[in-house]
Amino acid sequence: MPQTGPSQTVKFYQTGTLTVGNRLLDPASRTVQSSESRSNAITCGHRACQGCGEALGARYAVDAAMRAANSQLVCVNATGCLEVFTTPYPETSWQVPWLHSLFGNAAAVAAGVAAAMRVKGRQEVRVLAQGGDGGTTDIGFGCLSGMFERNDDVLYVCYDNQAYMNTGVQRSSATPPTARTATTPVAEDAPGNVFGTGKNVPLIAMAHNIPYVATASVADLHDLEAKVNRAMSLRGARYLHVLVPCPLGWGSASHDTIRLARLAVECGLFPLFEAEHGEITATKPIRRRVPVEEYLRPQRRFAHLFRPDAPHAGEALARIQAMADANIRRFDLLRMSDDRKETA
Amino acid sequence: MSNHPFAITLDVGSSLDNLTGSWRTAKPVYGDRLPPCNKQCPAGENIQGWLYHAESGDYRKAWEVLMQDNPLPAIMGRACYHTCESACNRGQLDQPVSIHAVERFLGDLAIREGWQVKAGAPTGKRVLVIGAGPSGLSAAYHLARLGHAVTIAEAGPKVGGMMRFGIPSYRVPRDVLDAEVGRITAMGVEILLNTRIADIPQAMADGSYDACFAAIGAHLARRVDIPAVAAGRVLDAVSVLRGMECGDEPPQLGRRVVVYGGGNTAIDVARTAKRLGAEEATIVYRRTREMMPAHDFEVEEALEEGVVLNWLRTITAVEDGAMLVEKMALDEKGWPQPTGDYESIAGDTLILALGQEVDTTVIERVPGVEVNRDGTVKVGENLQTGYPGLFCGGDMVPSDRTVTVAVGHGKKAARHIDAYLRGMEVETPTKHPDAVFERLNSWYYTDAPQSVQPTLDLLRRSTSFDEVHGGLDEETAQFEARRCLSCGNCFECDNCFGVCPDNAIIKLGPGQRFQINDDFCKGCGICAAECPCGAIDMVPEEV
Repeated sequence: MPQTGPSQTVKFYQTGTLTVGNRLLDPASRTVQSSESRSNAITCGHRACQGCGEALGARYAVDAAMRAANSQLVCVNATGCLEVFTTPYPETSWQVPWLHSLFGNAAAVAAGVAAAMRVKGRQEVRVLAQGGDGGTTDIGFGCLSGMFERNDDVLYVCYDNQAYMNTGVQRSSATPPTARTATTPVAEDAPGNVFGTGKNVPLIAMAHNIPYVATASVADLHDLEAKVNRAMSLRGARYLHVLVPCPLGWGSASHDTIRLARLAVECGLFPLFEAEHGEITATKPIRRRVPVEEYLRPQRRFAHLFRPDAPHAGEALARIQAMADANIRRFDLLRMSDDRKETA
Repeated sequence: MSNHPFAITLDVGSSLDNLTGSWRTAKPVYGDRLPPCNKQCPAGENIQGWLYHAESGDYRKAWEVLMQDNPLPAIMGRACYHTCESACNRGQLDQPVSIHAVERFLGDLAIREGWQVKAGAPTGKRVLVIGAGPSGLSAAYHLARLGHAVTIAEAGPKVGGMMRFGIPSYRVPRDVLDAEVGRITAMGVEILLNTRIADIPQAMADGSYDACFAAIGAHLARRVDIPAVAAGRVLDAVSVLRGMECGDEPPQLGRRVVVYGGGNTAIDVARTAKRLGAEEATIVYRRTREMMPAHDFEVEEALEEGVVLNWLRTITAVEDGAMLVEKMALDEKGWPQPTGDYESIAGDTLILALGQEVDTTVIERVPGVEVNRDGTVKVGENLQTGYPGLFCGGDMVPSDRTVTVAVGHGKKAARHIDAYLRGMEVETPTKHPDAVFERLNSWYYTDAPQSVQPTLDLLRRSTSFDEVHGGLDEETAQFEARRCLSCGNCFECDNCFGVCPDNAIIKLGPGQRFQINDDFCKGCGICAAECPCGAIDMVPEEV
């Protein structure tokens, strides 16, 4: 008799679980986005630019939260691209109860909505606050920190496109070093945004000891939805920070939005992790590591780093790579993922 | 006067009124591309198409799609040199999909389950097929599906042609061969054994056949004159392999067998000699190992089994218990040239495996038929000869001489014979553009190394004609099918539906794929960039 054949559990589908869906996956493990009955919280006709990462990130997060909350969800929105492109009066793209007040107070308004729901005994109605990096890391930061400190029952989602894109691409405290913006131009003595500034809001949120903090990217939908689900299963202040590339502000091709979000993660500059009550509980290992150049090169905001005559380029690239390497060390991103261990 | 509040002139409404499709300068278009496996297959199989069904566990449907092109999947999964796998895009990612192993699994399953194919509604036309080899059987099968009555005349005592007389049973077990041929006869195809056609036009007239497909193969061994002393025995590979099937006893080979040649037949006969008990089996080839036409994996398996390779040598004389060989050296053009340096290698039997030729004596007599200088028959693009209604295929026409090519000829001939019988032209559909690796978004495919087929241990291999490679079990076959990247053909992963920032993709439901909502598609191209299999093109909008 021939030797018995090797036995493998049928685990891998053509695409693992990296695509949005798969006809072979059992319905329970499919993404919300693969479903024809997803709520499409932001419907068609919104005026986001071609290839907008924020439109995508917001729909991903809110649709997942809608399902997790049995459609009992109120959204509060800071001023910013997302608010502007979805609600040019009198049109709206939102298919969910939605409030907009001011640039800086989304977290406070959401805390108020949550308090009102508690008073009315409507605990099943969940509250999601959202804003861009400007409305979160700069202008709304005081309200956000207050919301964390009081542990208000709100999931705050920040869509980080790393500058004030809506008003003409001005620097924010989330803009990376060397990036060219309208307020950090590139000249001989001004190589874009400077090193050593800015805020890492996910780490600051962790310092508030709130129940849940996570980072996500529009390039990994399964991961993003899992994090929204985890957040929605908890009560109290929760924070999700999503990287959403902006073709206009980054000077990238509209079709590269997801690819850039993926490269940001794979080079180590944008680590994906989760934390509960101030402690890291999970990180997502890098699958195919790339040097930071591969992520930076397709973006015009970093074009000056690749000009042969730029005096500062070599040192700048080395410092950015060092930032990525530090993240890789800190979050242990080069370890083998469980998936890969099984096939190795 | 409007009823609007102060300073408000517009009604509140949904953004659905805002048709952002007008922003577009390029438009995504779904297409189907030709996967490299399909493109490469000499039998014209829709490999990606049948793997698709195997992935979901619908093996019956997978087998049916496979059977549209190839009536012999269990044989093909064993005997085919699977050039599809060399072309497979997955090879650039990790390892190619083991297509032949899945094909064999489906073929074996069909035999176990007794799946059958129905003949088409009778057309009243009769076709004579000469030769029950892969080409003749394939033609008969396809003609029967098209409703024509088919009779196969086979000169030999058994069906299968070179699948039986050229390929040893350790590669294609005879029960598998018989089962697949049996399915074709169950469709109503009549096979007459020991029936040699001497005069084709006469046979066509006698049997009132409307057309004839001749696929008599290349069964004549090519020989060279090598001076031999009386004691030396010189045989040819074709006769040895045929003797394995037809004789009462296996052919008597010596203890030390020398095989002259470098093709697959040389390897087959050397491995057969080992199994028949030869202590030594040595292959002598006049060029280098790299230049051997035999397939690499066969050479490797032969080496495992103890066959010795001796390249850059020609045999000049057969002596008593030894062969006199001359060493060769490559000249600057890479051609082997004699060196005048001789040596002797031990051997009591010499088997010539120098290629085969077509016995064209029958076909030459048919008016209008031309024979090429290399002894093959001249045919047109449609495989038709100069004689009306006579088509030829397989090893007797110019082509690669493999089972799969022969099966492909049978299908092609059947299509053209059918058109001939109906007085029509065959319409060849335009081919899809190639699905090249560069179009895939390989990020989405997770790591999944190729499955390994079980292999018989060496001792059993060298002492029996048991099949060397085992098949995959269901779980492993399905795993392997699911490694297919579905190059260039949508497999409904929902990526386009999920990654569109404008919700402009409409999901049409299982098996129906997707549609673009032109009213709202802004033409950003994310769907095309993130399509794993490269099934979406961005086409400039007409302005």
